[in-house]
Amino acid sequence: MSELILQVKHLKKSFGTHEVLKDIDFSVEKGEVISIIGSSGSGKSTLLRCINMLEIPTSGEILFEGAPVSYRPKDKNRFRSRVGMVFQSFNLFANMTALQNCMIGVQIVSKKSKQEAEARAQEYLKVVGMSAYRNARPAQLSGGQKQRVAIARALCMQPDLLLFDEPTSALDPEMVGEVLAVIRSLAESGITMVIVTHEMMFAKEISSRVVFMDSGIILEQGTPDQVFNHPQKERTREFLSRYRQG
Amino acid sequence: MSGSLPTTFFEWLIFLWEKYYLDFLRGLGVTLELAVIGTILGCLIGFLVGIIRSVVVDPGSSRMSQVAMSVLKVILATYVEIFRGTPMMVQATVVYYGTMSLWGLDIPSFAAGVLVLSLNIGAYMSESVRGAIGGIDPGQIEGGQAIGMSYAQIMYHVIMPQVFKNLIPQIGNTFISAIKDTSVLNVIAVTELYFAAKSVAGTYYRFFETYFIICVIYFILTFTMSRLLRILGRALEGSRNYELIVDGEGNSEGTNV
Ligand SMILES: Nc1ncnc2c1ncn2[C@@H]1O[C@H](COP(=O)(O)OP(=O)(O)OP(=O)(O)O)[C@@H](O)[C@H]1O
Ligand SMILES: [Mg+2]
Repeated sequence: MSELILQVKHLKKSFGTHEVLKDIDFSVEKGEVISIIGSSGSGKSTLLRCINMLEIPTSGEILFEGAPVSYRPKDKNRFRSRVGMVFQSFNLFANMTALQNCMIGVQIVSKKSKQEAEARAQEYLKVVGMSAYRNARPAQLSGGQKQRVAIARALCMQPDLLLFDEPTSALDPEMVGEVLAVIRSLAESGITMVIVTHEMMFAKEISSRVVFMDSGIILEQGTPDQVFNHPQKERTREFLSRYRQG
Repeated sequence: MSGSLPTTFFEWLIFLWEKYYLDFLRGLGVTLELAVIGTILGCLIGFLVGIIRSVVVDPGSSRMSQVAMSVLKVILATYVEIFRGTPMMVQATVVYYGTMSLWGLDIPSFAAGVLVLSLNIGAYMSESVRGAIGGIDPGQIEGGQAIGMSYAQIMYHVIMPQVFKNLIPQIGNTFISAIKDTSVLNVIAVTELYFAAKSVAGTYYRFFETYFIICVIYFILTFTMSRLLRILGRALEGSRNYELIVDGEGNSEGTNV
């Protein structure tokens, strides 16, 4: 039996009268690498933000390891320390070095000693190939380097689930590769991940499951082969064809 | 007596200075004291008020704390509006005579002066703090939330250090303004520099000469302070370099800005 980490049931989210997510059912098993694809505005980011409680769903249920999540600030912070998130815009702390960015959560959220936090930060900065830059501040790093530090920061919390929201969309083309390489190596190491991406080749290559979202619903999902090579829905074919040409 | 009095402008300056320099210096001392205490207390108030007014109440927190927070914010907003919307001279008289006639309190005029100056600086500073907090890229807040940091932790470790650094020049300017603004506290008989000059001027009816002397004193004071603050600011700016640590990870080139 595979183990369900996350279940999203009948999730709806509206901003005012604009219904962005319409009845989403979605679950994640331990060890899965799921790519979410879909056109701009289809609600991919909103889904991730609901999962990480950056948005409060209008209705529906989110279960983490079988139990409904709680929105009380304390519970929310504990949950978030177990579900990492990497943003399109890096969101590093500007007043801290790369090392400090990685240490702070381990120290004050996971309540580990400074030594342990530093050891862990060093370890994960090495994983993303950024340990030479541990004393640099975000403003002194390139986009790709910033994103790798942001990934290290998320890894330092040793999350059970890692969410990526278009981790390479804000990067210059020559930096996309270095970030994708890091994510690829994480996928191989067995970390459970949900990745929103526009990098179709990448999604096809690393995912165990691909989810296609269209205007607030999950229109189609399956293995990369099913979704990319044998899409069932006309809308999916249309979306994918745009990438084949481009 | 009349035969020994000076006749020219410069003679008067020298005469008044030699005769009353202790009064001027004492007044200067009080002015500096007021400005220093007022700026420190004012900044404390300003940061406190600015931070509280910027708090984003977590939608998941209890109804009670949400209501309490809104009430507190309204009270603080009222304070800020009143102190920014009225002249400090009027505030001084209202506080000084008001406490007397309403509660029969006879607070020393120096204390009343400190109170008014601090509240005044606090009101303006709180708006700057609020602006500076709002000016920090909100992505950093989400970055903190995403690793499970609480709002207070994000404020303390991430936002406020940046806000404080950005506001250092402003704090310096506030101090310089405070030196000048203390002069209005003469209306409640705080014995600061302007008050001292007023007494001296009245003795010989030499208004221009006396006020010219304190004009020079105020200017020397604010000019040296602004120079000192500029030097301090540059020192705090610190180095923008960092060291690349090559430990077998290989071929990273050294980058220094
Ligand atoms: N905070 C918000 N307030 C109002 N509307 C919002 C908000 N966040 C998102 N939306 C709207 O919700 C819709 C879905 O947005 P979302 O960011 O989830 O799309 P997306 O699939 O991630 O798109 P992209 O590929 O461009 O990132 C959009 O129409 C957007 O305008
Ligand atoms: Mg998005």
